[in-house]
Amino acid sequence: MTSTASTAPDPTPPGGPVADEPRPSRGTGARRRAGVGDRGANRAFRWTATGAGALILAVLAAVALFLVIRAWPALTAGGAELGETISWFPEDASILSFVGPLIFGTLLAAALALLLATPVAIGIALFISHYAPRRLASGLGYVVDLLAAIPSVVYGLWGSLVLPPVVIPVWGWLADTFGWFPLFAGPASPTGRVLLTVGLVLAVMILPIITAVSREVFLQTPGLHEEAALALGATRWEMIRTAVLPFGRSGVISAAMLGLGRALGETMAVLMILSPGLLYSFKILQAGQQQTIAANIAANFPEANPMGVSTLIATGLALFVITLLVNMAARAIVARRKDFSGAN
Amino acid sequence: MAQRIDVKDLDIYYSDFLAVQGVSMLIEPKSVTAFIGPSGCGKSTFLRTLNRMHEVIPGARVDGTVEMEGVDLYGADVDPVAVRRQVGMVFQRPNPFPTMSIRENVLAGVKLNNKRISKSAADELVESSLHGANLWNEVKDRLDRPGSGLSGGQQQRLCIARAIAVKPQVLLMDEPCSALDPISTLAIEDLVAELKDEYTIVIVTHNMQQAARVSDRTAFFNIAGTGKPGRLVEMDDTATMFSSPSQQATEDYISGRFG
Repeated sequence: MTSTASTAPDPTPPGGPVADEPRPSRGTGARRRAGVGDRGANRAFRWTATGAGALILAVLAAVALFLVIRAWPALTAGGAELGETISWFPEDASILSFVGPLIFGTLLAAALALLLATPVAIGIALFISHYAPRRLASGLGYVVDLLAAIPSVVYGLWGSLVLPPVVIPVWGWLADTFGWFPLFAGPASPTGRVLLTVGLVLAVMILPIITAVSREVFLQTPGLHEEAALALGATRWEMIRTAVLPFGRSGVISAAMLGLGRALGETMAVLMILSPGLLYSFKILQAGQQQTIAANIAANFPEANPMGVSTLIATGLALFVITLLVNMAARAIVARRKDFSGAN
Repeated sequence: MAQRIDVKDLDIYYSDFLAVQGVSMLIEPKSVTAFIGPSGCGKSTFLRTLNRMHEVIPGARVDGTVEMEGVDLYGADVDPVAVRRQVGMVFQRPNPFPTMSIRENVLAGVKLNNKRISKSAADELVESSLHGANLWNEVKDRLDRPGSGLSGGQQQRLCIARAIAVKPQVLLMDEPCSALDPISTLAIEDLVAELKDEYTIVIVTHNMQQAARVSDRTAFFNIAGTGKPGRLVEMDDTATMFSSPSQQATEDYISGRFG
């Protein structure tokens, strides 16, 4: 049989050969003149693209360097010294025991947001891409995109003024009914300024980006694959499950990571809603338990002395590292089943 | 297993546009029926009405009846999903699910129809279907590799294995060899000859030699001009169609005077 099957992916990266391909040897003058305009443009484009690529690395390195240099005094100072010089630094703490709960709170808030937002976003994206009539779909897509344009301080106002009266009874019911589950341990705070409220607001904030990216990915599902499923006797939902979701899987993960990035770094809304605390606590219905890194920086920066600023920057460094790790993890998940992505 | 299809006076519309007009034909069970004709004459469109796949395109509808063993596929209480489980389809371009392994591809339709299937039954079905598609020997050592890693001809046979795994009564093939090289084409043609012992096969082809090689009966479709509906010109035994067709247009097309 004509088995030209190659399971190995093409080793040449896209754009790889461009760099050294159109480089004819310096031949006769006539030949050089004929191609000189093309080659000039080609070279200019190559350097522009390379420059842009290098720039992003340089910016990243500069940020990392800035964080490390400015955090250094706090990282090297002992806990006692930090406690003496910084008014809001907890007693008997070291820099690690200070930043630990902050990292924990940040991750917990972002995870809650992601957990709440992703299923809804996938649902909206599928509705827009595969269920809604065309006119409704474009309108709905527009509305979802609009959500992304609302400034986070507005979300903060909404989350601290409008939302609490609505969610307090619900949170109370959760604590009463599912209090045995550590996350929902009661009593629920009567103010509603708890991490679950923060997670809810963050979920609304990251919904548009996850929805928009997922929708684009779902729309790109090859019609051939959808027809293959339908021709096997799949219902609409079965077609989505066999053709659309597997195709969109890595795109949805990327979308979720973009959302997670925003949730990790969100400052204003958290600052305005959450009643902070520095505990390793899973109690998301009680006030004064957790705090996020970004909100903590914003809260303490205005009255921080030099050592205080350095400490806050050290926490910022931790956030930077977390975000980097999250993105690497996402890449690893996407890459794991690369053979099955359909890219070959 | 194989069943007769009786089409009566079928008109096919895309919204208001009449794409195919007045087709009546009888498709015999356990035989190969080939549709030939110039591009745009509606033969693929007509093929897709036999398992209601044309309905995937918004605005597409039909007038007339398509009866399979006396049941109108377009009856009010007939679910298109159920029709497609009876009438399998193979497309112009091979379209295995890229995220699934070879094994999962073969089982894809079965898992839709009958959610639970024991592992041993599944193994058996994978083997028999791949045997049925003449692919088993080439892939038996890599059933867990992605189906998209196979060559074009192998992918097309994988799609045939996937279609016959659900044990349909009819198999529709929409130019199944148009994206394949001659040797892969030959493999598919051999397969069609074997499959007609069990299935009713309808194949659309641009290749008249192919129609002459594989089919028992041939239907010639033609179109009067752009914007006009396609029509069935005539249908007869393949031998008759290619030696002494009754219509001048058929003879012109077959002898290469147009198309």
